[in-house]
Amino acid sequence: MKMDNARRFTSVHQTITFSRRMMLLGGAQATVGALLIGRLGWLSIAENEKYQLLSESNRVQLIVVPPRRGWIVDRRGKPIAINRSDFRVDIIPDQLEQPAATLPILRQLLNLSVDDYDRIVRELKDADGYRPVQVAENVPYEQYAAVTVRLPELPGVQPMRGFSRYYPAGPAVGHLVGYVGAASAAEYEKEKNPLLITPGFKIGKEGLEETLENRLRGQPGGQRVELTARGKLVRELEPKPDRSGRTVQLAIDADLQEFTARRLGEESGSCVILDCWTGDILAMVSMPAYDPNSFSDGIGRIEWKMLSDDHRQPLRNKVLNSLYPPGSTIKPMNSFALLQAGIDPTQRIHCPGGYGLGNRFFRCLGRHGSVDMRRAIAKSCNTYFYAMGHRVGYDPIAAVARQLGLGQKFDLPVVSQNYGTVPDSAWKAKKFEQNRRIVERPDWTASDTLNASIGQGFLIVNPLQLAVMAARIASGRDIQPQLLGVHNKPAPLIGFEPKHLEIVRGGMWEVVNGDGTAGASRLPLDGIQMSGKTGTAQVRRLSASASRGQGGDWKYRDHGLFVFFAPSDKPRYAGAVVIEHGMGGARAAAPVAKDALTFLFDRHKALASLAELEKQWGGTLAERNARRAAAVKAAAASASEGRA
Amino acid sequence: MISSAIIPQPLAKLPWRLIFLVAGVGTIGLLTLYSAAGGSAQPWAMKQGITFLFFLAVAVGMSWIRESTIKAATFPVYVAILIMLIIVEMVGFVGKGAQRWIDLGFIRLQPSEFMKPAIALVLARFYDLLPAGDIRRWRAIWPAALLIGVPWALILVQPDLGTATMVLLGGVTVMFVAGVPLRVFLIPAGALALAVPVVYQFMHGYQRKRVDTFLNPESDPLGAGYHITQSKIAIGSGGIFGKGYLNGSQSHLDYLPEGHTDFAFATMVEEWGLFGGVLLILAFGAIIRWGMKVSAQARTRFGQLAAAGLTATIFFYVSINLMMVMGLAPVVGIPLPLISFGGSAVMTVMICLGLLMALERQQRTASRLD
Repeated sequence: MKMDNARRFTSVHQTITFSRRMMLLGGAQATVGALLIGRLGWLSIAENEKYQLLSESNRVQLIVVPPRRGWIVDRRGKPIAINRSDFRVDIIPDQLEQPAATLPILRQLLNLSVDDYDRIVRELKDADGYRPVQVAENVPYEQYAAVTVRLPELPGVQPMRGFSRYYPAGPAVGHLVGYVGAASAAEYEKEKNPLLITPGFKIGKEGLEETLENRLRGQPGGQRVELTARGKLVRELEPKPDRSGRTVQLAIDADLQEFTARRLGEESGSCVILDCWTGDILAMVSMPAYDPNSFSDGIGRIEWKMLSDDHRQPLRNKVLNSLYPPGSTIKPMNSFALLQAGIDPTQRIHCPGGYGLGNRFFRCLGRHGSVDMRRAIAKSCNTYFYAMGHRVGYDPIAAVARQLGLGQKFDLPVVSQNYGTVPDSAWKAKKFEQNRRIVERPDWTASDTLNASIGQGFLIVNPLQLAVMAARIASGRDIQPQLLGVHNKPAPLIGFEPKHLEIVRGGMWEVVNGDGTAGASRLPLDGIQMSGKTGTAQVRRLSASASRGQGGDWKYRDHGLFVFFAPSDKPRYAGAVVIEHGMGGARAAAPVAKDALTFLFDRHKALASLAELEKQWGGTLAERNARRAAAVKAAAASASEGRA
Repeated sequence: MISSAIIPQPLAKLPWRLIFLVAGVGTIGLLTLYSAAGGSAQPWAMKQGITFLFFLAVAVGMSWIRESTIKAATFPVYVAILIMLIIVEMVGFVGKGAQRWIDLGFIRLQPSEFMKPAIALVLARFYDLLPAGDIRRWRAIWPAALLIGVPWALILVQPDLGTATMVLLGGVTVMFVAGVPLRVFLIPAGALALAVPVVYQFMHGYQRKRVDTFLNPESDPLGAGYHITQSKIAIGSGGIFGKGYLNGSQSHLDYLPEGHTDFAFATMVEEWGLFGGVLLILAFGAIIRWGMKVSAQARTRFGQLAAAGLTATIFFYVSINLMMVMGLAPVVGIPLPLISFGGSAVMTVMICLGLLMALERQQRTASRLD
């Protein structure tokens, strides 16, 4: 009985436990159920928007159609950089059924090099789905047609019409507009824009193409498609139209630019011509220059090496990035500063062939006898400027030099500008702290003044600054050089004393049209005269070379410089020419200015005289460029043969 | 139980409400598979439909088995499954690869699948045999632990973490309702909770990464977190009423992996939305509630415990899958029964339901005899 009782008790106890635990279990299950429903509600209501977006970005992919790059045109609308339609061949990896059969056929049809073939195989291996892989661009029509004909047996191969950048003037605009090229890995990393890795898409790499990238690029369009996770096309949705890049108009006169580039010939040099009323840059030429078209097609290693090894530096924009001692070209500016400092222009200085300062003798290039300011400019008499510079000191001259644009960095859409030095006592004291190798003592000395007075010593400038200086003297206006757009409104007057300007301009007129240094470069035109100032900048110290930089090794010869404006009576154009190692401004630089200005007023005459010159040089710029390209090709071919 | 003069007695005595529920869930499953195949009965929906009908018939047939027969068969069946598990293990060892099934030529038997209902039955039988007074003793615990532990370990080394976990949870649930003292559950649970951070510290880099991926799948959207991320996108993008039948982009464009098997729920919800998802969860809830009622109303201890255990098996099947699909549990590879493509899950759930129907029939016949 006792056992039974105990047993019955525990049985009852067990039943109670069971139903209590069943309630707990049921409760727990209901809780889990509620949790699941809650979670489901959270995902599909609270986070619905987020997931809908993600699902949509999964579903719809954009096959990027690169926008057409905006044109670059000159001040009259003449194209400087345009897009030329070309043929290209791509592969859609997802549709490529038999790579082993297709690729060799393509290789044979398109005459692919070993390097190209390896690249295609490599890119196909890494490629995913629907993003095309480039096989070849700029394909000749015959090869393109050959691929098209055999298309049925080449699934996945996509021959297409594309666009490549074309610069009709070739090297003449090389440094001005720069060039385009495929984006590098680093550029893609920075922007993370899928457009950048679309085959055939190019971005600006140098010059205006680089700085105006935002305006020129445009908006990519695309075929919106529904793709599976594996990249298989399901259906095409409505396409998104692309928007071409905007056309950019430059202040440049394309004809003048090209003429000037041709006129510079085989020289290493630069020429800038400005509208001296508005500051519009009509020509900005640096020669020799690379052909931007060959960069646009993708430049070869051989060609790159040839360009960078050339001691005439075709990769350097000499207008903005080369600095020269301005030599005598700053004498008009000096005269102007002297006038402002109260020097009487009629006062005469006797030139015995130099100027004695203490026990040192600073040389002049001739014995000019008694000279006043006008004659000092015309004859480029150093003695006059030594004496007068010494009298007023250099600091007031430096202030005027800056006012006229020397040492100034201009607000231009360019990749870089080297803006040189306009020295004065404060600059020297500061430089002494920074770099004692260039500056040996902190105080400004009289010989520093004398050197700077003839454009040597610490004073270094770039050709654009010289052109601006000439333009500001010519017009008396505070012009700022402009590359973009056409400006009609004259810049405001600086507020110089008109009489002072008259005296300086008179001296510059004398240089060309009177008994001056550039008498050989008078304009061959009726009623239009050019004024200017020659300059010769030493590459080595005078004493170091017996021939005074007038002969011997090309790289030790003096630079020839020339600043100018025209017409002399009513200045409209102003500019500067620098011929590296041209030995003298009158000899090398002034004739270029003469011809460029002649071109502005009488094209036929200018082109006729250019034709004569080009005959001597062995053909026009385009012909010589083509010859150079052929030489590059031959060198590349022999190099690859050597490798094989 | 439909009472009508027209319908013959044996048919009328079937638990029709349950059968309708199961058929309803099965229909949702077939519709989902039809959509997952891009609007086609091939290759999944047709095959699954046949499997479903076959096992539903088996379940209904099983409802006539007597409780005593079940009781008598429990231990032998359990041992047989255990032996099959060992054979699988050995075959796998010889074949130098993971293997989960025995190939009988016409069918591939996956013994671990049978273990899910068997573990519930064998523990119910064990506690049925155990004198009521012994429930708080040590001897109420170690044999049960052994009964669960051996198959659990065998399945775990297959390796099949999902099934092993379900066997463990099913067995523990029977122990719980049998009245084993609470501390037996609470102490290990507490220890486990404390151990997790410590274990995490000692984990290898790649193991840690798996845990991190579970906790934050977006941290590795293309790697291990891909499944769960895409599944959440499918569910979340469906909204309240879904994208419409056959319009689920995630599943149709293959962004959702395993959209016809483990992640079938995501496929379904993407098209039917919150509305469809809640309906399905409620339907499963009703099936589980029916099972719990069978357990609560059972007259024998075996009936009580077995019904609770079998119901728990279905519950864990459904809830672990749903938690996994919605990012609340790690991806362990458990399908959603009656929805996901594949015969094993249907078979297991139908066996559970068949046994439950048998137990339920016993209650009614017993009451009539009283």
